[in-house]
Amino acid sequence: MSSGEVVASFVVPVHPHTVLAPGQNPGWQRLRDALDEAAQTIQDLEADLIIVYSTTWPSIIGHQIQADPNPEWVMVDHDFHDLGSIPYSFNIDAEFAHAWDEANRQRGLQSRCVNYKGFPIDVGSVVALTLLNPDNAIPAVIVSSNMYANRSETTVLAKSCLDVIKAQGRRAVAITAMSLSNRMFTDFISPDEDKIHSLKDDEWNRKILEFLEQGRLEDVGQLSRTIQQQIRVQKVVAFKPMWWLSAMNGNRNDLTGRVMAYEAIHGAGGAVVHLDPTSSGVGDKEYDEDDVEYYHGERDVLDIVEEEVVESQPTVDAPDETSNGPDLWEPTEAKGSVNTTAAPKPVGAYPHARRVGDMLFLSGVGPRQPGTNAIPGGPIHDENGDPLPYDIKAQTHAVVDNVKRIVEEAGASMDQVVDVTTFLVDMKRDFQGYNEVWAETLGKVGPTRTTLAIDALPTPIAVEMKVIVHMPE
Amino acid sequence: MAKGQIVAGCLAPHPPHLVYAENPPQNEPVAEGGWEQLRWGYERLRASLADIDYDAIVLLSPHWQTYVGTHFLGLDHFEGLSVDPIFPNLFRYHYNMNVDVELAKAIHDEAEAAGLPVKMMENPDFRVDYGTITTGHLFNPDWDKPLVVISSNRSTAYYSVEVMQEIMIELGKVTRKAIEASGKRVVVLASNSLSHRHFTTESEVPEDMSKEHITSHAMHLWDMRIIDYMRSGQAQRILDEMPEFTEQAIAESDGGGLSWLLSTLDVPDYPAILHGYGTIIGTGNAVVEWPCHAHEVSEA
Repeated sequence: MSSGEVVASFVVPVHPHTVLAPGQNPGWQRLRDALDEAAQTIQDLEADLIIVYSTTWPSIIGHQIQADPNPEWVMVDHDFHDLGSIPYSFNIDAEFAHAWDEANRQRGLQSRCVNYKGFPIDVGSVVALTLLNPDNAIPAVIVSSNMYANRSETTVLAKSCLDVIKAQGRRAVAITAMSLSNRMFTDFISPDEDKIHSLKDDEWNRKILEFLEQGRLEDVGQLSRTIQQQIRVQKVVAFKPMWWLSAMNGNRNDLTGRVMAYEAIHGAGGAVVHLDPTSSGVGDKEYDEDDVEYYHGERDVLDIVEEEVVESQPTVDAPDETSNGPDLWEPTEAKGSVNTTAAPKPVGAYPHARRVGDMLFLSGVGPRQPGTNAIPGGPIHDENGDPLPYDIKAQTHAVVDNVKRIVEEAGASMDQVVDVTTFLVDMKRDFQGYNEVWAETLGKVGPTRTTLAIDALPTPIAVEMKVIVHMPE
Repeated sequence: MAKGQIVAGCLAPHPPHLVYAENPPQNEPVAEGGWEQLRWGYERLRASLADIDYDAIVLLSPHWQTYVGTHFLGLDHFEGLSVDPIFPNLFRYHYNMNVDVELAKAIHDEAEAAGLPVKMMENPDFRVDYGTITTGHLFNPDWDKPLVVISSNRSTAYYSVEVMQEIMIELGKVTRKAIEASGKRVVVLASNSLSHRHFTTESEVPEDMSKEHITSHAMHLWDMRIIDYMRSGQAQRILDEMPEFTEQAIAESDGGGLSWLLSTLDVPDYPAILHGYGTIIGTGNAVVEWPCHAHEVSEA
């Protein structure tokens, strides 16, 4: 199966009032009614998986995913213990949890599953699953909110989740258990006194809900840091869920949104919002933070490099950092040499390739363009040796194109490439991007491959390939 | 009735790693040791107080986090399984503890009279937080003394360290007043780390001590500065520098425990005893005792 999708998303409040005391306040009852309606919507959509990202389950060691097939206990809120207890017994999709955990690792995230009797499921998850999945008919999965995670990490967490949804062909509902403004009254109040803590919090909440009603989820995500500063109690529970929810929906701004309820819970902003993936036909992105496919943070990403030789090589003499690189040479001629003006000129006395019997050996090929010597994706440093941003994917594509030109000049074809040695000057930064392009190009041909980390190349490029071709008569 | 007395005040951090490394029968996971400097520090603390008689332990834990006022455990007995939601692989502890509800209520009432928002926690299904369990175990493995457990009001997050300190200093004063009025001899414990920046990865063997160190030099400098103040009887300077320390060292003093402790001890100007210092997944932790019994005389 490969047709999995997120069929709906919901924002839901975290506090236990909607379960334990909806009748004590009309606003709490309206939130409860909206949650009951959301439960019916989920059922009508024939969803087969509920995924909860909970802001009330903080984690430190990466993200944690609940993998106990049937966690049971009684939850009592740390603040609102006098409202009563919520017994729970949930139906967790442990197989999905483990697959998500593995997908996280593949995308460079620190991640682990938890499966321990008596694990304290957090209040946000308990409230969400109790009300949205009252008879446990739909299997669920819960993920923590890492207290140190940034936008890229949280975005990649969603993308790895989508990987599994698609691979398993699931019809998933994505839930963020969260408050909008989370500033509660710091004193005890009676239920009939409840209101949003301040006019400022209320104005921000309504602005967020206006965006969501317009389906502008990605814009809300990109405003997360501002929202956190404006209406959120600092530390631990940052306004991260919108990063996750937006990525779960393809970072789109043209969803179909509906605010089902918005009320105060002890001063905090509680809302039930339904985001339908059906395009509303509007909603260009107003903000433009980068999209992220892999997490390259501090979490030992290189540990995931397998089946590759990763080692330092003797330092290659660095090019003259005060020039654009070494002088260019005309390719040399000898028996069996293969040279072409369609490939960049060498930086020394050697040919583009040389044929011996039915084997063709290419000299190291970089991304420089024939004629102009330009570097697609940009050089890795300027004339003074100062680092520059560059695109490893564009450089890798250019390398493959140059290889193709030389191979075809020799009368061979790319499907005859049998062995490639690749040199990267920044393995940690570039491996994933290079690997993606490889998979799209040479990876489909199937040559053996070795990837090495080296200190430098003669020109300001990030990648070079040494290629061997078998071209029988 | 004799006037009650605080016989000792202690900084007694709660990383579950210490219980895990000790392998007590109550904890399910099994370790090959680790974090000995801190565990031996707790041993020295226990030995230091072995001959001091006391009736109850009053403990403030930063992992019972309350946003609406300060709460007190209000039932005589709690037992159950405590699973750390962050390190469940290390801490799954079967606890069984008694509460000095009378003293808890007395502190609650004094705090209420002083204008602090307070509440007694009387729901029998309540799960005691793992910070309380960990410090409770490490300080008194026999669990043979009743506890008063006070929640950590998150006023630092809501307002500022300064506001937190105002609240905690007031809470400390009423705690002391209630203890003195109770006629009981009491040990007070603040269950928090010093610098509190964690590593975000864990070794395959969590107790691999070759991986353990402070997260940064700046954190070390702050920890040593604060410990120096403790060892030289300069508690007031700790309170004075609390805003900078809490912010720059991301210190767990944001939960108010240390400020409350120093206030409860009437801001001691006598030296504290450092029983141990060590790091746990990069955070700085010290086991420290203010031996009040040697500096204060109970009045008949």
